[in-house]
Amino acid sequence: MTPTLALAVPSRLVKLAPVDLIIIVFYFALVLAIGFYLKRRASTGEDFFLAGREMTAWIAGLSFLSANLGALELMGWASSAYEYGILATHAYWIAAIPAMLFLGVFMMPFYYISKTHSVPGYLKLRFGESSRSLSAISFAFMTVLMSGINMYSMALVLKIVLGWNMNFSIWISALTVGIYVALGGLRSAIFNEVLQFVLIWAGALLIPILGLIEAGGWGPLKAQIIHNTSVEYVHLWRYLGSFSTNPEGIHWTGVLFGQGLVISFGYWTTDFLVVQRLLAAKDLRAAKMAPIIGAAFKMFVPFIVILPGLLALAVLPFKLTGASVAAATGGHSYNEVLPLMLARYCGPGLLGLGVTALIAGFMSGMAGNVSAFSTVWTYDIYRALIRKDASDAHYVSMGRWCTILGVLISIGTAYFVMQFFSIMDYVQALFSIFIAPLFGTVILGMFWKRATAAGGFWGLLTGTISAAAMFAWIEVNPAAVRYVALSSHASPMAADMYRALWSWIVCVVVTIAVSLFTRPKPVAALNGLVYGETDIPSEGNVAFYHRPAFWAVIVGLVFVALNVIFW
Amino acid sequence: MESKDSISIWFFIGISLLVNGVLILGAGIYELVHPPENPVVLFRLHASIWWGALLLITGVFYCYRFLPRGAWRK
Repeated sequence: MTPTLALAVPSRLVKLAPVDLIIIVFYFALVLAIGFYLKRRASTGEDFFLAGREMTAWIAGLSFLSANLGALELMGWASSAYEYGILATHAYWIAAIPAMLFLGVFMMPFYYISKTHSVPGYLKLRFGESSRSLSAISFAFMTVLMSGINMYSMALVLKIVLGWNMNFSIWISALTVGIYVALGGLRSAIFNEVLQFVLIWAGALLIPILGLIEAGGWGPLKAQIIHNTSVEYVHLWRYLGSFSTNPEGIHWTGVLFGQGLVISFGYWTTDFLVVQRLLAAKDLRAAKMAPIIGAAFKMFVPFIVILPGLLALAVLPFKLTGASVAAATGGHSYNEVLPLMLARYCGPGLLGLGVTALIAGFMSGMAGNVSAFSTVWTYDIYRALIRKDASDAHYVSMGRWCTILGVLISIGTAYFVMQFFSIMDYVQALFSIFIAPLFGTVILGMFWKRATAAGGFWGLLTGTISAAAMFAWIEVNPAAVRYVALSSHASPMAADMYRALWSWIVCVVVTIAVSLFTRPKPVAALNGLVYGETDIPSEGNVAFYHRPAFWAVIVGLVFVALNVIFW
Repeated sequence: MESKDSISIWFFIGISLLVNGVLILGAGIYELVHPPENPVVLFRLHASIWWGALLLITGVFYCYRFLPRGAWRK
């Protein structure tokens, strides 16, 4: 769900005043203070890995969203908005809202009632040890890789925007995150994520407000974008009837089924990085409400991410280009659009807050990766495969050390990426390779009681292998994209979406086929794990306006209205 | 979510908004008195002043509303 940033040609975009530096230093001091303060409340496994399961719906929901709202997400999609126009908004609407609402209303009961510590932990309960091990190892690998790449990208951004030394940026931010997560565990990560969420909005909201004032409002902005580019840049769906009639080179089926169904549902409902925040909710209703609250805020994130990219198309006096062209010409690349807009409107103080918002975004994403890695390693790999019967205190200690270890591996990955820059191009692809089949396995596990342990494992394995094979096929023979993505015009992003769709279908078909030929678990063993066999607490005595389903419908209606308005 | 003797996350957020609000408002007032040679676009709107004031007021509200009184008494 994170676009790849490819920045080049380091050059300093903005100069910070002393007040900006004070704001940034204060932010670092505050997040560390929160970590030290919460250390005393992270003494048991339940405290350290699940924040004591006492978070309100609001805190779990904002943390759930913030863990995803990394600065790569902010800067990458702002860049995509400049490159592809309003089409980039699909990443926030069709590729997020339905999945988040589905997670809240239909899937959270099983995650929560099963009392699992993690998504691989759910697979253990539903399908057995082999499925858990496969998903835990692939998740741990992906998580530290993503964390390292995020860290490298952050250092690169800070170098370009502020002229900061990359080693300094990597070590300071990584150690800060490592310290506050190792001290306070998931509770510290969640507290800081909520703080970071507020700072991201406080620091980024002025750009669209001032931008709209400068452009004269939405109408004149739209007219100017059409004048500077073309009409396809301001419509979400109208020009998706053909691969060649829109800037992204994608068909509506790819958006709806690839981006909107498989990748989105895979990410939001099975990626433990985000789901972990919901498992920390204080009760089932809070766990169900949290992703709905997250969805409500997610719908408005385009205001601080996509709109700045669109505003840049209209108001910047020069054109941005791709990274390689920018490197050759000494100009600015698409990826610099958000810092450029920040520097355009924000003077001393506001600039410091804006840069703090970017740093906060990076750190919230990194903390999400590190805390999820620590939990999966400790519970799903170390305890499951290496040491099964240690004390709770031992596992908490392992979690703390593993947090530091995860940070150090991430730093190593960041330096590795620095040497082999092209690996950045593969991140999104690798992500879709692991996530899409996992969604097939989890969804069948939750909603089809006939799915068996063998079916779950072989479906997950073949789905993952098929995704990797399609990726390798296109790498070896780029013309193969016409078979995988149904068009030779398809962009790499479109290829990701179709590959995710096919690998999900492979996973589902294999899971069903193998399940039909193998013996299912007894129905009694499925209680708390599968729809139809789980006693979900009734909400009959709860007022309708307190029910998660009611708010899911409201958010869903606003989502439909927004898509119609910007059709 | 927080027990009586613990500090709410909203209090930390209040502190953050309050401090940032003071700094940004201060920087805005300084720029009003000493206009910069190369002002940002829409400088005439003095965004630092009203945005800083907004953060400051919100921060004061959150600090007061979520002041950890139980912890203070201890």
